[in-house]
Amino acid sequence: MSVTDAGRLNVSRDRWYNNPLYRSILLQVLVVAAVLGAGYWFTNNTITNLHDRGIASGFGFLSQRAGFDMVTFLNVTAESTYGYMILAGLVDTIAVSILSIVIATILGLIVGIARLSTNWLIRTIATVYVETLRNIPPLLVILFFYLGVLATLPDVKNAIQIAPGFSLSNRGLFMPAPVVGPNFHLVAIAFLVSLVIAFALRRWAFARRMRTGQTFPSGWAGLAIVVVVTGIAYVASGDPLTFDIPVKTRFNINGGWDLSPEFTSLFVALGVYTASFIAEIVRSGIMAVSHGQTEAAKALGLRGGPVLRLVVLPQALRVIIPPLSSEYLNITKNTSLALAIGFADLVAVGNNVLNPTGQSIEVVAIWMAFYLGLSILISIAMNAFNARIALTER
Amino acid sequence: MKKMLVTLALAATATFGLGVVVAQAGTLDDVKAKGFIQCGVNTGLPGFGNPDSTGKYTGFDVDYCRAVAAAVFGDPEKVKYSPLDGTERFPALQSGEVDLLVRNTTWTMSRDTTLGFTFAGVNYYDGEGFMVRKSLGVKTVKELDGATICVQGGTDTVTGLADYFKKHALKYTPLVIDKLPDVNAAYDAGRCDALTTDRSGLAANRLQMKTPDDHMVLDEIISQEPLGPVVRNNDVQWFQIVKWVSNAMLDAEFLGVTQANVDDMKNSPDAAIDRLLGVGDNDFGKSIGLGKDWAYNVIKTVGNYSDVYDRNIGPKTPLGLERGVNAQWNAGGIQYGIPIL
Repeated sequence: MSVTDAGRLNVSRDRWYNNPLYRSILLQVLVVAAVLGAGYWFTNNTITNLHDRGIASGFGFLSQRAGFDMVTFLNVTAESTYGYMILAGLVDTIAVSILSIVIATILGLIVGIARLSTNWLIRTIATVYVETLRNIPPLLVILFFYLGVLATLPDVKNAIQIAPGFSLSNRGLFMPAPVVGPNFHLVAIAFLVSLVIAFALRRWAFARRMRTGQTFPSGWAGLAIVVVVTGIAYVASGDPLTFDIPVKTRFNINGGWDLSPEFTSLFVALGVYTASFIAEIVRSGIMAVSHGQTEAAKALGLRGGPVLRLVVLPQALRVIIPPLSSEYLNITKNTSLALAIGFADLVAVGNNVLNPTGQSIEVVAIWMAFYLGLSILISIAMNAFNARIALTER
Repeated sequence: MKKMLVTLALAATATFGLGVVVAQAGTLDDVKAKGFIQCGVNTGLPGFGNPDSTGKYTGFDVDYCRAVAAAVFGDPEKVKYSPLDGTERFPALQSGEVDLLVRNTTWTMSRDTTLGFTFAGVNYYDGEGFMVRKSLGVKTVKELDGATICVQGGTDTVTGLADYFKKHALKYTPLVIDKLPDVNAAYDAGRCDALTTDRSGLAANRLQMKTPDDHMVLDEIISQEPLGPVVRNNDVQWFQIVKWVSNAMLDAEFLGVTQANVDDMKNSPDAAIDRLLGVGDNDFGKSIGLGKDWAYNVIKTVGNYSDVYDRNIGPKTPLGLERGVNAQWNAGGIQYGIPIL
């Protein structure tokens, strides 16, 4: 009895399907096949059903003429294709995201530090800021800036003249646009060269301070070099830069550069709103740094500013970066609230593509793919930054 | 977010619906089984589709939903409304979230052929127009060269606007906003010089400005916008019902049958009226799956075309829209009911 049992066991172990290695490979092949098969079935079924109902499908519409106008950073007209329109929307989304992220980061850092100030007034103002803004839906903040602040500016006829060529009205902030002349590349080269010199000066000053302990105002000197060198090149090359000054027409102000109320209210609102969350992240990061670090720095004779800049913040960053990444992702996604105020972001443009083509499944797929792509890019960048500042153990 | 959900619903029905879609049809049976019609209407366009102070939907388009309910159930109240904005409306109809879409929707070739829809008639012949501030001193659209123009996104108005300004080599700056109330708010705040939408909508929008008298609607119309009820194109019976309810309302006006006199008209010597109202042996309702008094119920409970027009958008309402091209063909207009014969 026992002999036969043992024999059977040996036989079954020799079978390939009992080998753990083959088993795991087989299992993975089956899972992949099932996923791909399900994907194929879903896609095929969708296409078949849409076709049976007489609903157009596929991405062919992307190369068709759009036939409607929108105002975006890229120059689009009714003659542009749907695909180019969507690209223009993506560029607008990225532009707003970057500006909002910059504002939110700077403001958040300041408010976060202010929350820990020893000055009662500063601390209280920062607390009120955080508690007010983070408890309001972002859409309301955007509408507040759009309808509550910017729309109350005077109309074009009564535009506020800030300086010659600069005017502020409910159509936006208009300013002269620089027009590059034929010799402008000389000025650009001079500017770059002066930057390199300023940078070299800074390195020299740092090396000298390390060696001798003597300080040198390399920042101011560098700035002077850049201004003087670029200025000389500018004059010498014969005034290669002119300005396109905005002119008032019957209805509008045309020409020059303008900062539209839609764009401005969106990035300001998102920046100010998200800053309230970032402030809390910064505060928690600073509080996570042991108090002994501050005391040690003070014992070395450093003053408040340098203690914060050189000792506390670098250590706080390790705690700050991961949650900060998710705030950046939130900003990028919140830009889709542009819909309410008529800024031509990815979603707003997509809506206008969706209507004449009727291809909502495709447009929603494009939205999802682009937002996912942007989010992944931000995550990769922030993870790389996080890895760089991580504690290096020796 | 809602738009996303509607589209996901469409994606889901398209993805999981197993092949045999053409045979599924049967909207009438579905509607009878659930006891009401789900009708897609405007989120808020006074006169056409708008909730009143008690939250009840009223308007010209809403009355078409009620008319279809009257034909099917004999009761115009058996309707549930789905308020839809410009971009939500088509996925909502495609996915089956609504049985019928009456939302000042323009009949165009691409909508008729590539969205899986069919239009069941024209209840209002409209065209794209402009509203401006009186203080601008603008009298014609061509004077708007260089102006900023507010327009609702996800509509064919954006296309009509681009076409017109290109054709006449005029410049403009579009401000495209998704929701109509937001478009109105931006225009009212002076963000743009003109607001464009269908003429019928302009009359309603003007009333929503802080001081309506400061604004005027330009006489010019720059495009053709035939508005009408829409259904899915995979259910011929349901399409026939909506189409013939629409025709019956026009026929009734032409034959002089109104909501007020419909009971008396049952004794009329006119054979055409007998056929319309299902008097005697006449049973035209049977051919579309309804009772013989289907059209009688529509006229008795909702009214004929002019009853519905005058009640919601006519000269005596705040909108004050004259019949114009929407008069009967024998009264100088182009509305023409296909005969019930």
